[in-house]
Order: sequence, then structure tokens, then C-alpha cells
Amino acid sequence: MLDILQSSENNYISITVTGDADASSSIKLDKAIRWAFDESLQKIIIDCTHLNYISSAGLGVFMSYIEEINQTNTTFIIYGLSEKVLKVFGILGLDQLLKIVGTKEEALAQINGI
Amino acid sequence: MAYSFNIPYSKNKLRLMRKFVTDVLHEHHVSDIETNMMVLAVDEVCANIIIHGQPSNLEDNVKITIKVDQDRVCFEIVDQGAAFDILKYSEPIIGDLIKMKQKGGVGIMLVKKIMDEIEFQSGPKQNILRLCKNVEFEK
Repeated sequence: MLDILQSSENNYISITVTGDADASSSIKLDKAIRWAFDESLQKIIIDCTHLNYISSAGLGVFMSYIEEINQTNTTFIIYGLSEKVLKVFGILGLDQLLKIVGTKEEALAQINGI
Repeated sequence: MAYSFNIPYSKNKLRLMRKFVTDVLHEHHVSDIETNMMVLAVDEVCANIIIHGQPSNLEDNVKITIKVDQDRVCFEIVDQGAAFDILKYSEPIIGDLIKMKQKGGVGIMLVKKIMDEIEFQSGPKQNILRLCKNVEFEK
């Protein structure tokens, strides 16, 4: 089960991901991130505080946007990962290729260039 | 100690298998991080079998057996679908997948990085994949 909450704030897009991003559910995550890019605000934060699990299908979704993040100069920040989920990003070094911070405050500080 | 679980050929059932593996490993005091890693490896293998290894009989299941030894945990995953030897699979390069905006292709890579031993046997009736990981059990 994966629940996604999408919201469009003043100058950024926020996506909250809750549950398990696996082979059956990661398509929902992909649709949400696609929507966020299509909004063209170039600032996206992903709240993973309640992301319980991620498999290669979920990692693959994030991976497939790295090129677009760079090409469109989008600020794309993931925050709130639990230690066990962060470790999974680390297996393939995706923690080095994506911007990952601890809290929403840190994510917003980067969005606002503080 | 050995534990078994049958998973139907349905991606939606993967979470039940994950719960089973998690419960067994927690019962044996494997840390959260190690448990999650092994759950991930087994999940990747099962997802692969369910997505690519079409069985001739749709009522078949993928059977998972977990054996917990003194210093390691082994998983045996048995299926009746098309054989896929992950040991012979040549892994893609992450940088290439990123450039091509690929969403898949890293599952087997994860399994190989997580597990310490991988063995694959394919017979006329079934395929058997054995995955083992050395583990330090928490007291």
C-alpha cells in the first residue's frame, strides 16, 4: 500500500509518500513526481517521513528523474527518510545522486535559498 | 529453525511475504536495518519471478523457506516458471540507466550487493534460488 498526497504551495510542490513503494505500488509515486515536474515550479520536496519501505521499483522511479532534475535545473529534495530506507538508497549510491536532507525545515531552507 | 511461506503469482501479495520475512527475522533478533535489507533482497527476487517467470499453472505458488542458523540466515526460493539465473545476469551500469531515464534494472544488483552467497539450480520442474547472509543477531 502506498498513499500519496500532492500539494501545490506558493513556490514549490510538496509530495507526501506513506507506506511501501514496491513493484505493485511505485507507479503511483511515478505519477505524482511526473505531475510535480509538469507543474514547472522547479522546486519539489518529497516527504518520506512515513515511507516504510522502498524496493528497486521505487528507487527506479527516483533514479529516472535524476537526468530531468539536472536538465531542468529543478531543486528536488527528499526528506524524512528513516535510517533503514536511507540505507537502501545508499546501496547503489543514489544517496549521493539525489539531494536528501533530514527535515522539512532543511528542505524548505534549500528551496528558499537560505 | 526453518519457516515456510507460499506466495501467489501476484505483485499485490508481495507485502504479505515481506511481513512474513520481517516477523521471522525479528523473532530471531535481527536488527531492523539488516532485516529490511534481507526483506528487500527476497522481495526483488519474488517480484522478478512474478513479473517475468510466467508459470504454466496459474495456481502455482512461489515457495519461500527461511533457515536461521547460528551466524547466518538462508532463504530458499522455489518457483515453477521460466528459469532466470541471476548469477548469469550481467548488470547494467547505473550511469547509463540514469541517462536513459530507466525506471527498472537495479533489482538484481541490490540482491547481489545485499547477500553473501547466491546459488541457483534449475531442473525440469522447478527453479531453486538460495540466498544466504551472514548476520550478527542482537541479544
